[in-house]
Amino acid sequence: MAARKAKFFVGGGLFLAALAGLLVTGFEEGKAYYQTVGELRAMGPRAEGRRVRVAGDVVPGTIASEGEGKVRFEIEHEGSRLAVLYTGREPLPDTLVDRAQAVAEGHLLQDGSFEANHVQAKCASKYDAAYEETKTAPAAKPPAGRQATDG
Amino acid sequence: MHHLGNFSLMAVVVMCAYAVVASLLGVRKQSSQLVNSARRALIAAAGFSALSVAALLALFLADDFRFEYVASYSAAALPWYYKVSALWAGNDGSLLFWTFLMLVFAAACAISRRRDELMPHVVATLGGVILFFAYMNYWVCNPFGQLAEITAAGPIPFTPRDGNGLNPLLQHPIMAIHPPILYTGYVGFVIPFAFCVAALWTRRLDAAWIQNTRRWTLIAWFFLGSGILLGGRWAYVELGWGGYWGWDPVENAALMPWLTGTAFLHSVMIQERKGMLKIWNPGLVIVTYLLCVFGTFLTRSGIVSSVHAFASSEFAWRFLVFIIFAAILSAALLITRIKDLRTENELEAVVSRESGFLFNNLLLLAACFAVLWGTLFPVLSEAVQGEQISVGAPFFNRVNVPLGLALLLMTGVGPLLAWRRSSLDSLKRNFTVPLLSGVAAGVLLFALGMRHPYAILCFAMSAFVVVTIGSEFHRGVRARRAHRGGGYGTALFDLVQRNTRRYGGYIVHFGIVLLFIGFAGNAFNKDVIADLNRGESTAIGPWKVTLQDLPGGETPVYNWLGAQVLLSKNDEPVGIFQPRRQLDKATGQATSEVRRHATFQEDVYLVFSGMTEDGRATVHVYRNPLVRWVWIGAFVMFLGTVLTLLPNRSPVRRAEVTAAEGAALEAV
Ligand code: HEM
Repeated sequence: MAARKAKFFVGGGLFLAALAGLLVTGFEEGKAYYQTVGELRAMGPRAEGRRVRVAGDVVPGTIASEGEGKVRFEIEHEGSRLAVLYTGREPLPDTLVDRAQAVAEGHLLQDGSFEANHVQAKCASKYDAAYEETKTAPAAKPPAGRQATDG
Repeated sequence: MHHLGNFSLMAVVVMCAYAVVASLLGVRKQSSQLVNSARRALIAAAGFSALSVAALLALFLADDFRFEYVASYSAAALPWYYKVSALWAGNDGSLLFWTFLMLVFAAACAISRRRDELMPHVVATLGGVILFFAYMNYWVCNPFGQLAEITAAGPIPFTPRDGNGLNPLLQHPIMAIHPPILYTGYVGFVIPFAFCVAALWTRRLDAAWIQNTRRWTLIAWFFLGSGILLGGRWAYVELGWGGYWGWDPVENAALMPWLTGTAFLHSVMIQERKGMLKIWNPGLVIVTYLLCVFGTFLTRSGIVSSVHAFASSEFAWRFLVFIIFAAILSAALLITRIKDLRTENELEAVVSRESGFLFNNLLLLAACFAVLWGTLFPVLSEAVQGEQISVGAPFFNRVNVPLGLALLLMTGVGPLLAWRRSSLDSLKRNFTVPLLSGVAAGVLLFALGMRHPYAILCFAMSAFVVVTIGSEFHRGVRARRAHRGGGYGTALFDLVQRNTRRYGGYIVHFGIVLLFIGFAGNAFNKDVIADLNRGESTAIGPWKVTLQDLPGGETPVYNWLGAQVLLSKNDEPVGIFQPRRQLDKATGQATSEVRRHATFQEDVYLVFSGMTEDGRATVHVYRNPLVRWVWIGAFVMFLGTVLTLLPNRSPVRRAEVTAAEGAALEAV
């Protein structure tokens, strides 16, 4: 009875220890610090070697293909700019276009540019962007539901 | 139309509120009339909900761009089927659809289980939960809002000439069915949840609620799993990065309840048979359902950045309040019933079917925990340390690959263990052949030059599990023939028919093995990127890709440019493929149209990534071994689930379990 309970506890303990080990090593391998362009700049050389995710809007006209899947572009956030060289194996997301919100994951190089091997991008808010460009008056959303029920 | 829509939405709110009040009042006053009217109100709510969906659908099909939701996700030039699927392309419409599906389940349950003694409380629970979603549909994310232009004279209605169009990535047949299937899985767990709450509420704590909801649970679980796999399939054929799973928050959100749901499917068997785990099981269903709601919250709120999350919106905190509220109520219910949930049996031995199931649960929950942890880590680290740290795919793989392999191993081991305790003899008898097969497979692969440790383990274990499953079938057939005579085929058919649950389960397990074989293929993925002029080629392994031409064209919806390539293997031409870049006219968004040459051995996956400055086509070629087995495994799991849902043709009578069927079959 007691011996059996002990076996379960030892087994469970070993399992949890193994799980904790996996969580910790996995974390060390996969972690990336989320920083704004400004913060990353401010860190200077201390940021080298640190895996970072940095977000910003793609500066229009800066996306340029270097061939073999390498792509350069610049992102901007609150006035700071960052030149990104994408060297990842995955093709860049199709949503990476001018003004898209992009998140680049990688590390800062000595020359102050950023080498990314993973990029995510989301188009700027669909509705506003499209209509701003056609110079139509920006659409305002009525208080949801209420207006429609009155009408 | 929008009047109809809004009216129906309001009616859903009223009906759900009525269902809650009437059923509880009915219980108190012991009025079966009231209870019945509550049940009918829930059914009526489903009808109204269908109307509201139909109304929105009509607006989409009529291209009525006065409505913000329609204008945001549709365009006149879209084919009608994508106008239909645009219904769930955004937050408001998909939540409307979600409520509708939940009510379909609720109504089906209210009709088919109307005599269930838990029904009044089930109706009250369902009504209460759905009331929240109906409230959200009407007041917070009403899809029937109209566009207005703010002028000096106040807002005036505004109708754009055309809609914004549907995100071209969503213009894909799979995307037309993936969300409904996934949502069906998410919402379906509301039924076992409601029964569980009702059982706790009324203190009818035997296994009846579990047995009576088994089919519902299995159906929800099946849809959830299929939704996940379809999502993977969509990512694979449409997103063009050569893979089907990226540990994206949205994917993780759906995986978590699937994992706990799988744990639940197994742990209930202990309660049904041994009266154990009576706290654990309700806990698991509650967690599973809450994870379903949490999953949709994660998807919509954008609290963790994700590629395909809906934009973050004001409704996030309401969802969070609902989840927390539901969690506290359920936990309170469970805790106040703990005294009544005493286990009827103790675990008797470490090596037994029971502890096999326990270990299965432990693994699945550990995986779920790791996924949850990794998904929420950015939020947690921000809150605790003030620094946002995310963990990427390496974290998830590092933790989940070993857990997955252990699970695979247990899938073979578990069913061979006897209830209560397995004797050393039976272990030897049951495990010798499968174990040797597994080891032989591993050694063979090593000898053939395979060096990837996880991959070798995975294939060896797959062999082990397949042999255990095969031997289970074989042993059953042999026992039946000894007993009844007849041919092998007849006996097999007979056997499976008499215990669909067990053999269906084994077929699902076989599907899991195939899935894992497909996953293991990932260890050997290779790819090459090349910038090609016409006539130039690039090679990967035995495959050669030669650029022939760069055709282009236009449809009403998009412009396209293609890279026409000749694919050959060992210099034998295999075919001409034309991966494309498409530029959607309405949204201005570019997408890649992938082309694949799929075989049982490997997929050659071709992506046209764009043109270089000097006019060469950048072509990305992937070699993805064994991917097809993922889809085949999914199909086998589908077959197994259908089988396990079928009723046994005739109940297995105790007397029929002869000595010949042996100790290992004791579990019937
Ligand atoms: C991800 C992995 C797994 C999946 C998707 C899965 C799925 C299933 C399903 C759907 C059933 C049928 C349940 C029913 O009809 O109510 C089943 C039955 C079963 N599973 Fe699993 N399973 C998995 C892993 C495991 C593991 C690790 C074990 C080991 C303990 C296990 C042991 C069993 C047993 C013993 C049965 C019941 C057969 C019977 O009725 O006698 N499964 N499984």
